[in-house]
Amino acid sequence: MTSSLRLRAALVSISLLVAFLGVWHLATRSTGTTTTMSPEYAKLMGLTATQGKSAMPGPLDVGAKLWEHLKRPFYDNGPNDKGLGIQLAYSIARVGTGYLLAVLVAIPLGFLIGMSPLLSKALDPFIQVLKPISPLAWMPLALYTIKDSSISAIFVIFICSIWPMLLNTVFGVAGVRKEWIHVARTLEVGTVRRAFTVILPAAAPTILTGMRISIGIAWLVIVAAEMLVGGTGIGYFVWNEWNNLSITNVIIAILLIGIIGMLLDQILARFTRMVTFPE
Amino acid sequence: MSDKFISIEAIAKRYPGADGATTTVFENLWLSMARGEFACVIGHSGCGKTTVLNILAGLDVPSEGAVIVDGQAISGTSLDRAVIFQSHALLPWRTVLGNVAYAVSSKWRSWDRAKVKAHAQTFIDLVGLTGSEHKRPSELSGGMKQRVGIARALSITPKMMLMDEPFSALDALTRGTLQDEVRRICLETGQTAFMITHDVDEAIYLADKIFLMTNGPGAVLAEVVENPLPRDRGRTDLHRHPLYYALRNHIIDFLVTRSKTFAAETPGHDPRNVPLVQIGKPGLTIASDAKPEPSRETSWPGQARA
Repeated sequence: MTSSLRLRAALVSISLLVAFLGVWHLATRSTGTTTTMSPEYAKLMGLTATQGKSAMPGPLDVGAKLWEHLKRPFYDNGPNDKGLGIQLAYSIARVGTGYLLAVLVAIPLGFLIGMSPLLSKALDPFIQVLKPISPLAWMPLALYTIKDSSISAIFVIFICSIWPMLLNTVFGVAGVRKEWIHVARTLEVGTVRRAFTVILPAAAPTILTGMRISIGIAWLVIVAAEMLVGGTGIGYFVWNEWNNLSITNVIIAILLIGIIGMLLDQILARFTRMVTFPE
Repeated sequence: MSDKFISIEAIAKRYPGADGATTTVFENLWLSMARGEFACVIGHSGCGKTTVLNILAGLDVPSEGAVIVDGQAISGTSLDRAVIFQSHALLPWRTVLGNVAYAVSSKWRSWDRAKVKAHAQTFIDLVGLTGSEHKRPSELSGGMKQRVGIARALSITPKMMLMDEPFSALDALTRGTLQDEVRRICLETGQTAFMITHDVDEAIYLADKIFLMTNGPGAVLAEVVENPLPRDRGRTDLHRHPLYYALRNHIIDFLVTRSKTFAAETPGHDPRNVPLVQIGKPGLTIASDAKPEPSRETSWPGQARA
């Protein structure tokens, strides 16, 4: 039953993909000779003018280009021509650094706020104001104070991934069931041991959910941040290829951004499943 | 009552109410228990039973008064007083063994893993859960979960057990078996036990002493009823004992009417010397013996009155 459902779903998915690729191919294919012109002039004009080929690359062009990239992911021909693997590695490293820093700050701070009603009330107005600020709005301030574009990008990732984690940690810690706290109290378990043996496992699913939201946001923001700071990274690659008018490369980058984002989400989803307990 | 193992002395609990007024749940409450005694508290919801238990456990503090256990005023929770929670309160991310071992390692911090495990296993065996050590609470039935709760409470070898309606969420059959287990374990280990219940039959079966509380707010401990049934009573022939119905009627009369009217009818009630009711002993007037009113009998729709 479930396996047949899965099979049918896979069939529908594949048909949709094939249909999409088919329409894409038909929409961008050459329509044949449109005008006659001297071969030299035709060479100058390119296929768009002579064969009715759309300026938009077709799936076959993208596939061929993608294959080229996959064969040489790590080449480095100078600042404006690096392999996609290198660009992605830069982006992932920035996201990873900013995100880990955010984890280190958000989870202990969230624990404190969640366990202390005073801190919770005192810090609430700050969190409420800071949370809705677009992370990119921090960029000029970061560039001015840090004076390093690459670290500024990491700061932007840090500031955008901290809020969901912080709020979910606070929510998870403050919402631990009273009776579990009572169990620890009747067993004379100290505050530190209680935090690690009762509150952390009880709040872990909520905390991990916050971390999963954060990694998604961080990956969204890195592309925009790298378009601004430039130099390296997949966001810079997209903008650079747009300046090169290489729509094929832009499409490939979009596809890869999606795939990496999905993988990051899946990793966090797996961690969430590991700490989730059935009741 | 020479040995006062537990002595609750003049405790009160007040909450700040709306517009500056205070709500008094109960005040000037005195209560004492001897070592090895099994006491049940019966009263309607809102009379502060759970608050009394939480104060005894150290999870709550009284607004006034003190609780003395084994000659010492208590402050906060203690491993000497184990609590069995109504909702079992097992940690769902730990296995059965893990839950019991958590309590064991909290009491004996220097014990190594093997020793903790062996000790925990003893108590899992005691409550009849051998073979389910590695299951998670979500894989257990309600009765089994409460067994783990009992094993966890017993594993720290407490001086007393506090039970807040431990069986109220269970079906009647499971409740019966667990009552048997708790009675057996308490008799074997000589535990002092304090249990809150709504179930009159449960109180009669388990308790040596039954505390009757009036309705709150402003609840008082009205009477202490001594259980006249022999200590080696069995569940099956409990109701054949000549004093069973007298006792049961006395409690039910209290719950139905006297819990509401007690304060008005007994102006000279001294909370320090709560009357001890000994059913079946001559020289005492017992409310339930007074007048069984036939007019009070229920008549169900569609059924002629007998």
